[in-house]
Amino acid sequence: MTGFVSFFRRLEGPQTVGRGPAFWSLFAVVMMIAVAYPLFSDGYTVGNTVYFFVWVFIALSLCLIWGYGGSLSFGQTAFFGIAGYGYGVLTLNFGSAYGFTLVALVASVAIAAFFAALLGYFMFFGRIAGVFLGIVTLAVTLMLERFMAQTAGPEWHIGSARLNGFNGMSAMPPLTIPWPGEPIVLFADVGLYYFVLGLLVFVYLALRILMNSSFGNVIVAIRENPERAEMLGYDVRKYQLITFVIGAVLAGMSGVLYTAWGQYITPSSMGMTAAALPLIWVAVGGRSDLTSTVVGTLVVLAAFQALTIYGSQYALVFMGVLLVLTVLIAPNGLVLGTMNWLGRLAARITQRAG
Amino acid sequence: MSLLELRKLNKHFGGLHVTNAVDLTLEAGEIHCLIGPNGAGKSTLFRLILGEHHPGSGDVLFAGENITALKAFARIRRGLSVKFQVPGVFKGLSVRQNLEIALQSRHRGRELEAEIDRLLVFLGLASEQAQTAGNLSHGQKQWLEIGMAISLKPSLLLLDEPTAGMSPEETHMTGEMVQRLNADGMTVLAIEHDMAFVRQVAQRVTVLHLGQVFAQGSIDEIVADERVAAIYLGQAHA
Repeated sequence: MTGFVSFFRRLEGPQTVGRGPAFWSLFAVVMMIAVAYPLFSDGYTVGNTVYFFVWVFIALSLCLIWGYGGSLSFGQTAFFGIAGYGYGVLTLNFGSAYGFTLVALVASVAIAAFFAALLGYFMFFGRIAGVFLGIVTLAVTLMLERFMAQTAGPEWHIGSARLNGFNGMSAMPPLTIPWPGEPIVLFADVGLYYFVLGLLVFVYLALRILMNSSFGNVIVAIRENPERAEMLGYDVRKYQLITFVIGAVLAGMSGVLYTAWGQYITPSSMGMTAAALPLIWVAVGGRSDLTSTVVGTLVVLAAFQALTIYGSQYALVFMGVLLVLTVLIAPNGLVLGTMNWLGRLAARITQRAG
Repeated sequence: MSLLELRKLNKHFGGLHVTNAVDLTLEAGEIHCLIGPNGAGKSTLFRLILGEHHPGSGDVLFAGENITALKAFARIRRGLSVKFQVPGVFKGLSVRQNLEIALQSRHRGRELEAEIDRLLVFLGLASEQAQTAGNLSHGQKQWLEIGMAISLKPSLLLLDEPTAGMSPEETHMTGEMVQRLNADGMTVLAIEHDMAFVRQVAQRVTVLHLGQVFAQGSIDEIVADERVAAIYLGQAHA
């Protein structure tokens, strides 16, 4: 029983911003709004919101590896792409009956995790760190993009699934939940919205617990001073590898959900622009905090989309400017900076009142 | 039985012979100081003991086991612990969290909290526990790192210049801390330039010079040794 309680007590801790009744009340209000939201909106807008949610997982993966772990990975898109293509290949071959799309979801994420374990093993046990980690991971994702882009001919297929080169794969079935009578097909509107929202809340809370656990302590210790962490008896490389694999699972979830949402995946999802954007969302939000990452990613994505609609050529330039401004004004992230400022303000007010 | 035994340890950095066939034996329960001019190979010797460097040849034996091939973290788990020359605290984290990270592999839950509180008092850092470790004074950082090192309850504690940058009072307090730890059964090997500290704590002193063991004995024997004075003076004139 006490173990059970202390498990949930880890929802709060030194590694996550937000604690106490005020924070969780706000969390509950946001949840209620999120749950009620489809009732007050049309299917297209809801589907578009799912699109935003889908990207949060890859942002959280970067938050974990870079913000908490201190290793800048430029290649989370590689795992995004592997899982996305994995879902395409599996579902185009085996269809969506008997809940197979859910099996494909898990299997594709597992493939991405396996790939990350392999790559991570050579990187971390080869003592690659700092900027070189960023270079290697970037090279991997760009190589995958190049490779997939040249798979245009009919000879490039896995089973009955054609890879289709630069045009990518399409027409894979959406996620489908088996149900007595009629299976529930999660098209990119209300159905998928609740599925992804549920997954997102679960992942967010699970990561809060993980980061405030003794495991999370070691991860931030490695970020602060890897030599000291090792000299406290922690096998630094093992912890880095585990974090990297968890990050790949999250990025892979983004990949599968994206593929299931749009029913397509192309090599450019592993390209340079795709690799750079998550870095900007996470840096602008606040890479060392989960909540800041989620809020920052959603805000920046919505702003990016609005800009793309009203002046598409400037959207990427604006992203660059936003990154530069963040680095200059609030290097720890604009959302995190604002939250910390609000926290200090509240503390001062209560102090004055008391 | 000797706790630590170094047998003919050799380490080259390119053409530089940093430690040259170093033999050193540490008895369980002693406080042993390692002195020598800059560049004598003291810190390298520490890194060889800890497994951060691996020797070109020679063996490291700890509690009778040959640990030469073991990785650093595995040596720590066998009962070694270290405080570095430059304070190696987790600067961005609170003092309390620094100690929690050091203690969490041995304690859980309420016991862990109690152990952190006890250590905070022992280190005189109780009122600083919420402070970010990077904001501590230099001396406080040194103590915090000593606290992290001893929280592993090591059988051998390595201290690389534990009093560097400390005032004479702080140095003396650190000496008393080391003696208290030793009284509880901890063996200590310290690199130190501060002779007041060495005089205060050392039961045996080894002088390292140009990567070799130059002299060994009690502090009085070492101080009386004219050859030892000569290498320090030679260093000063060079």
